[in-house]
Amino acid sequence: MSDPAPERTSPLHAVHSQLGASFTDFAGWQMPVRYTSDLAEHAAVRTAAGLFDLSHMAEILVYGREAGPFLDAALAGKLSAIDLMQAKYSLLLTETGGILDDVVVYRLGDTTFLVVANAGNREAAAAALTERSADFEVTVDDQSDDYALIAVQGPNSRAILEQTAGITEVGVPLDELKYYRATDAFFEGVPLLVARTGYTGEDGFELYLRTTAAVSLWRALEAAGEDQGLVPAGLASRDTLRLEAGMPLYGHELGTDTQPAQAGLGRVVALSKESDFVGRSAVEAGPADNARVLVGLVADGRRAGRAGYSIVSDGAVVGTVTSGALSPTLGHPIMMAYVDPTLAEPGTELAVDVRGTSIPATVTPLPFYRRKK
Amino acid sequence: MADKTTLKYTPEHEWLDIDGNVATVGITAYAAEKLGDVVFVELPDASVAVTAGSVIGEIESTKSVGELFAPVDGTVTENNAAVVDEPSLVNSDPFGEGWLIKVQFEKAPDGLLSWDEYSALVGE
Repeated sequence: MSDPAPERTSPLHAVHSQLGASFTDFAGWQMPVRYTSDLAEHAAVRTAAGLFDLSHMAEILVYGREAGPFLDAALAGKLSAIDLMQAKYSLLLTETGGILDDVVVYRLGDTTFLVVANAGNREAAAAALTERSADFEVTVDDQSDDYALIAVQGPNSRAILEQTAGITEVGVPLDELKYYRATDAFFEGVPLLVARTGYTGEDGFELYLRTTAAVSLWRALEAAGEDQGLVPAGLASRDTLRLEAGMPLYGHELGTDTQPAQAGLGRVVALSKESDFVGRSAVEAGPADNARVLVGLVADGRRAGRAGYSIVSDGAVVGTVTSGALSPTLGHPIMMAYVDPTLAEPGTELAVDVRGTSIPATVTPLPFYRRKK
Repeated sequence: MADKTTLKYTPEHEWLDIDGNVATVGITAYAAEKLGDVVFVELPDASVAVTAGSVIGEIESTKSVGELFAPVDGTVTENNAAVVDEPSLVNSDPFGEGWLIKVQFEKAPDGLLSWDEYSALVGE
């Protein structure tokens, strides 16, 4: 059971070890899977706050006179239209309309954007952006190795950030910072990007800064969160949180053989924009009429279908589970699955083959969980 | 409950507390830790005959599914209803209240590991 040598570790690795984290390999990184209990960490994010190290994520800077038009051509959304310090969820498509990566793009300046890509797609995303930049006056600069990313997620996250020692010169007061907006700040003199974004279905913030200041920021957040119920939270809880929130995970719900419309992400593709973009003609043509589509499924009991399990209707396989777990918040199994489009209506009764046992499951709208505003 | 240094172990991360020709079986703290929070346990009923190495139950966490292997040829004499009702016992007390089944056997299995051997196997 000896683990292979870790390929990559976070700048916070020693902190996680001290906290007693169990580690997992994620896209070649040794990252915390849990510190104490997945369920406790999940519950803390829903009721108080959780502290996540997401330093494995990729940060790719795009800057230059034609940065906006370039991103319009390289990504599915109209990024040139977003406001300064606005964030936007977008997709990097293949020529055939498949999803190469899902990204969040921040506009840091008139001609400067930050593209945050999945760790597992860092090379593919950076390569695609670089290749697509050839005809534009723009620089694509993969700065992933220099950036740490720490997320504070949960209803108490704003109060915690407001009390964190060392965070100064916050451009927009946090109580005025809207969802999917960011502001500049400093932490102990180091530039800090504070974004009101996340992947948990709760209010929360994602904090980008140079790796050299990561440990100090983590400690300051822990101290500020001590009386706010803040706990360090690992990737296991992050996965169940995002699943409850109905958010797709690349490699599970998204891949190069999946078109945005199949994944329910048609709204992310700006077909209204005048310019061409990679994948446009394929997306306009659309997936095949019988291409499977993403649905939510709920079941009774405690056994959830897991990724790869078959969805069955009238004895025939009609789909595949992409993510599934016993929902910690809801107490029953929840799953995301691709099913035949004729069986995607909410209320449709299907079954999931859980290791030989057929378990009834009902199609339900996503998300499974929505926080009270 | 049980003194883990006197238990026997399998490479599949199960422990056996052998008393005469009955073995109480559970999974180790190492296995429970690797699984994460256990949320569902399925165990064979009493009087079911089991064959060493075959899958006879499941231990499911929020994150993954673990299989319970029969560590010995024999007959299940009891399963732990408490752990079916409260699966988190596998995490909170894997060597005690989190026991899973009792199996009556004719012949003790070969190749069981001591605590020291098992500890070396998992590198702890």
